[in-house]
Amino acid sequence: MRTREIVFSSPLVMIASLILVIVVLSAIFAPWVVPHDPVRLSPSVRLKPPTDEFWLGTDAFGRDLFSRIIYGGRISLVVGVAAAIFAVALGLLFGLLAGYIRWVDAVLMRAVDGLMAIPSILLAIAIVSLWGASLWTVLVAITIPEVPRVVRLVRSLVLSAREEPYVEAAIAAGTPTWLIMRRHLVPNTVAPLIIQGTYICASAILTEAILSFLGAGINPETPSWGNIMAEGRIYFQINPGIVLWPGLVVSVAILSINLLGDAVRDALDPRMAKRGIER
Amino acid sequence: MSLLEIKNLRIALNGDEDKQVVKGLDLSIEPGQTMCLVGESGSGKSLSALATMGLLPSVLKPIAGSIKLKGENLLEADAARMRSLRAVSMSMIFQEPMTALNPVARVGQQIEEVLEFHSDLSQSRRRTRVKEMMEAVHLPDVDKMYESFPHQLSGGQRQRIMIAMALVMRPQLLIADEPTTALDVTTQAQILSLIRELREDQGAAVLFITHDMGVVSEIADDVTVLKLGEVMETQSVDALLRHPRTDYTRALLRAVPSHVPRMARAAQSDNVVLSTNDLCKTYGGGGFFGKGREVKAAQDVSISITKGRTLGIVGESGSGKTTVARCIMRLIDPTSGTIMVGGTDIATMSQKELKPQRKNIQIVFQDPMRSLNPRIEVGQSIIEGPLNFGVSRDKAMARARELLELVGLPASAVDRFPHQFSGGQRQRIAIARALAMDPDVLVADEAVSALDVSVQAQVLDLLAELQERLGLGILFITHDLGVAAQICDDVLVMQHGRVVEYGPAAQVLGSPQQDYTKALIKAAPGRHWDFANFRPFSDAAE
Repeated sequence: MRTREIVFSSPLVMIASLILVIVVLSAIFAPWVVPHDPVRLSPSVRLKPPTDEFWLGTDAFGRDLFSRIIYGGRISLVVGVAAAIFAVALGLLFGLLAGYIRWVDAVLMRAVDGLMAIPSILLAIAIVSLWGASLWTVLVAITIPEVPRVVRLVRSLVLSAREEPYVEAAIAAGTPTWLIMRRHLVPNTVAPLIIQGTYICASAILTEAILSFLGAGINPETPSWGNIMAEGRIYFQINPGIVLWPGLVVSVAILSINLLGDAVRDALDPRMAKRGIER
Repeated sequence: MSLLEIKNLRIALNGDEDKQVVKGLDLSIEPGQTMCLVGESGSGKSLSALATMGLLPSVLKPIAGSIKLKGENLLEADAARMRSLRAVSMSMIFQEPMTALNPVARVGQQIEEVLEFHSDLSQSRRRTRVKEMMEAVHLPDVDKMYESFPHQLSGGQRQRIMIAMALVMRPQLLIADEPTTALDVTTQAQILSLIRELREDQGAAVLFITHDMGVVSEIADDVTVLKLGEVMETQSVDALLRHPRTDYTRALLRAVPSHVPRMARAAQSDNVVLSTNDLCKTYGGGGFFGKGREVKAAQDVSISITKGRTLGIVGESGSGKTTVARCIMRLIDPTSGTIMVGGTDIATMSQKELKPQRKNIQIVFQDPMRSLNPRIEVGQSIIEGPLNFGVSRDKAMARARELLELVGLPASAVDRFPHQFSGGQRQRIAIARALAMDPDVLVADEAVSALDVSVQAQVLDLLAELQERLGLGILFITHDLGVAAQICDDVLVMQHGRVVEYGPAAQVLGSPQQDYTKALIKAAPGRHWDFANFRPFSDAAE
């Protein structure tokens, strides 16, 4: 019921949701959707412009661009969703500890400050080059720079929630700390975390594309939106579509996720939404 | 002709006739008079004032009636006309002076701004006028005060700035919406006398909104009593307090706690359930970079409560009374001293050692809106404590139902959420939650301060009844001397973290020895009136 309310809140959100559904479904059912094998090399049809057979043309090795973009969505979506889940989970854990236990706060927040001082792309590149490129290291490299922001968010929510008299009543009733966190503090963080999660998802997809583009991403054989663009960069003057099409898909997907995130925020945090409408 | 004349004012939600929040208000004020608008929360008293100022929130619309200021109907005036009337012909002061002032502008300039918009005085004339006004509201060291920011002033000083701002254009009508509710009693007394003085000097009419009958008896000429948007009665203050015409007003007056302290009850036993010895709490100091500023929030507080008796700690804001309560609950750690609960010193126990002791002492907080987790059913909140002590869920839930009936709520309330209850009902639930642990001591931290006076009386009765039945020792923290006089056997007065006076209520409140206690009692509004018997105490003595 709530979901429907959010999706139909404006035409823009409806379009964004529709785009995301198409992207997700085509990624899941990629083997049945694609017209060609995305990794099969056919040098005879290199760098072709869009034709009836190759809808978006082919790349330097004669692979079908359309099929590669569909397969690339798999990596991007997995990275986006997994990074969001991991970052939120870690951030929630550390944020709860920092917000509730005073000495942990002092230690943890300084570590977080340190982490935030390093540009996230640099940090990600460092992590990938340290452990070598694979889906898992890319995931770790993208997740870690996102965690500090979640920790700060959760910590600030916990700091204000722990002052609530109902939390103090629970302390006075002898409720163990972990139960106070689960029952009285975590529910206060759910709505902001869902919202933050959508933003992390979008930013993770972008970061993954950037890492692949820089050659620090996952294995170049596996198509991902960033990989395709990176390989197409050299042939930009011959077939600009290799860079432009995946770029367009990345932009549209991220825009859609952010729009949906805003809609979720408006639904879960009515104060923010009203401010926008009234003035 | 009256200065302000409100006739049959009706205000409704979204302009819907079935959702009226003010239902036919009639009211008129002569120049130089004070009309008090009295009522409990939801009576529509503030809305009537906002309607007069043209400041109603957009969802509320006046649907009938008229508000005439010097014969001009304000409900028909356009926005530009209202803007030119505000500050010049009528102005308003609010309850919370901190949020009503701009925190990043100097207070003198905030007053001057009014003159900038509404007069064509030169800058130096404006400044002189502002300083005259600041002197008129008895602010000290006006030149320095002019340059101050709101956070540098005390609550009383801020409210004086608000009053100066409201009166700088010499409006004929001053609307005061609970202007002293957020202030301490001594400050309140000063602000009330200031409003009286300015009314006489400037000949302004005052529409004074309050829920406090004590304040009414101090400041009103006439009183209008509102209940759920309907006028109950309008009378002169003396007539209203002596001969209320409606049952509602009578009930309202009866609920006002009398300032005559009760006689201490005979001790039921000499079983001390709670005592502290030289309890101290110091904040700050010993910072990482050198020594920080130390604040002694509580110093050498020694109390003792026996079974079935009530000790009241009274004091103004910042006196340390809540610090003492929180130390005793071990929500904060005391710096030194002992806290004996049922014969065990809990002052230095670790949280783990403390846990078994927790069931002996429970707390009820001030704000009923925040003391229950809004996401959890009432029953779950009540059984949380017993579950921690190994009581089975079914047993605890059965007990929760009994307790809800004990505090005057239906047993079926266990399945409902806090937002489905009123403030008074939530406070009852909070009491039931505290009782679920079968404590020996109940700490009530301003537990009735946020409630309407009639609800406050009910909750106080409930506490007294429970005490009788269960033999609870109660530590009652309050700023309201009337409440303290009504229910406490012993009273402890605190100021700046120190104990000023401690003894039986009749002695401390009846014949105080210390100057501070005397000043507190003198400042308490309405102490000359025996509201419940509809007469001043001076009559009763004859």
